[in-house]
Amino acid sequence: MMRKALLGICLLLAAMFLCCSGVYAEKVTDLTGVTHSGDRLLIGTTTSLDATGALDELAKMFAEQNNVSVEWVAVGTGQAIGYGQNGDVDLIMVHDRVKEDKFLDDGYGLDRRVFASNYFLIAGPESDPAKIKGLTASEAFKAIAEAATKDNKISFISRGDESGTHAREKLLWKAAGFNYTDVNTTPWYLDAAAGMGQTLTMADEKQGYTLADTATFNSMEGNLTLVPYVTDGKDLLNIYAVIRVNPEKFPNVGINVDAGKKWENFLISDEVQNWFATFQKDGKPLFVPAKGDEKTLNVTVEEISSPVE
Amino acid sequence: MIDPVSAFFTAINLIITCNPDVMEITSKTLQITFSSVLISTIFALPLGTIINFNEFRGKKTLISLIQTLYALPTVIVGLVCFMLLSRTGPLGSFGFLFTPSGMIIGQSFLIIPIMTGLTIAALQGVNPILTDTIKSLGATKVQFQISHLRETRFVIMAAIVIGFSRAISEVGAAIMIGGNIKGHTRVLTTAISLQTSMGNFELSLALGIILLGIALVINLIMGFLQQR
Repeated sequence: MMRKALLGICLLLAAMFLCCSGVYAEKVTDLTGVTHSGDRLLIGTTTSLDATGALDELAKMFAEQNNVSVEWVAVGTGQAIGYGQNGDVDLIMVHDRVKEDKFLDDGYGLDRRVFASNYFLIAGPESDPAKIKGLTASEAFKAIAEAATKDNKISFISRGDESGTHAREKLLWKAAGFNYTDVNTTPWYLDAAAGMGQTLTMADEKQGYTLADTATFNSMEGNLTLVPYVTDGKDLLNIYAVIRVNPEKFPNVGINVDAGKKWENFLISDEVQNWFATFQKDGKPLFVPAKGDEKTLNVTVEEISSPVE
Repeated sequence: MIDPVSAFFTAINLIITCNPDVMEITSKTLQITFSSVLISTIFALPLGTIINFNEFRGKKTLISLIQTLYALPTVIVGLVCFMLLSRTGPLGSFGFLFTPSGMIIGQSFLIIPIMTGLTIAALQGVNPILTDTIKSLGATKVQFQISHLRETRFVIMAAIVIGFSRAISEVGAAIMIGGNIKGHTRVLTTAISLQTSMGNFELSLALGIILLGIALVINLIMGFLQQR
């Protein structure tokens, strides 16, 4: 009996061992003895590019052409930039100009390229108690603040996670004439510290207002009762950019420079730019390709189409 | 909006049709969890045996410390492992961050204290008469310890199951170290977290049912072994 039990344990351990063997095959050691993931490009990305399924398709196209496996960690822009500053990712795909500029100025990033855009939107409950329909973004924020001060059923749910969307929200409060620190302490302002999907779900449950990126909102629309009220205007323009992590800042960590450059050139190629124009979810386009749109995006042609060498 | 019955059938449907995403996530989960349980067993059993059969200063404190670590928060393991495994961290040269290997390390940190502690408790529970008998029969030290481990094999198997359960059900360390990368470090718990945040409650619940199903199967196998 005892032998059988021991045999059982041995068999179980053997089975575990077989299961494990698949896990370790991911690393490669190159001829210089440096261990790194040679054919792996690791991206820190803003959640919207992942949640919409855009990265799935792009990674598949890229892998077929280049034989490089693309992996990404979908987090807020603030966290993605944090990963970049640690050298934990090879490349970042983000949407917050101010943080991007700081990242570049500090020498962590190289070759910023703008590849797509869309708009942020302000969504709220069907009844629209703050009456923001038809207003501009800053007017809408003002209206929400005023209505929420009087009616405690009205609330605003914020990402609160230093993401690109959160950064834009702060700018909009400023444009609406508020001091963000003051807004942040009001009872109607809920700091969710969560991803876009979770924040939208929370806004939906609480029937509050929130600022969201169009791509995530559209990809979740079937699960939400929220209505988008303010959907365009210059101050809601959402620009996506890709930045390589500077390998000189992290000389010994094996940043995948080659694949990073290829990925940037891939994103700004005609093929992918045309693909962005046709990429849809439930008949709704999610992104506008950057190519030929430099006036709206207020960037130089070089930033959109000059290949990375 | 959320219908548990239809979620249950969604789960059954996903399993029967061998949905490739679900299969991928499930097999990743099993690979990673089994690996960490295997590694933890290799460390925890000898460690527990050594601590139990040796007398030294601070033994009681050490055991209390190990028992305190039963409650080690998964996010702390995640944070510490992230700092260790980050490319610029002390173990950065291995490139384990955002890989299944990194997750295995994290889960092992999490369950080694539990398995060590339970091994000690199991050995302490051996009938003293048996201990005396084995000694009087002239067993060597190693024979003595192995006979004790054998005697407690069922409790130790239970310790392994508990370690497995904690490893497969934790999400904090998995998401921080693994990064929830589709097809690489996405496991059942992190997938549930993601799908819930995207409002796909049915799929979340389906994945949850699969997770519980795995735990059930493992426990049935263990129960079967114990009866023999």
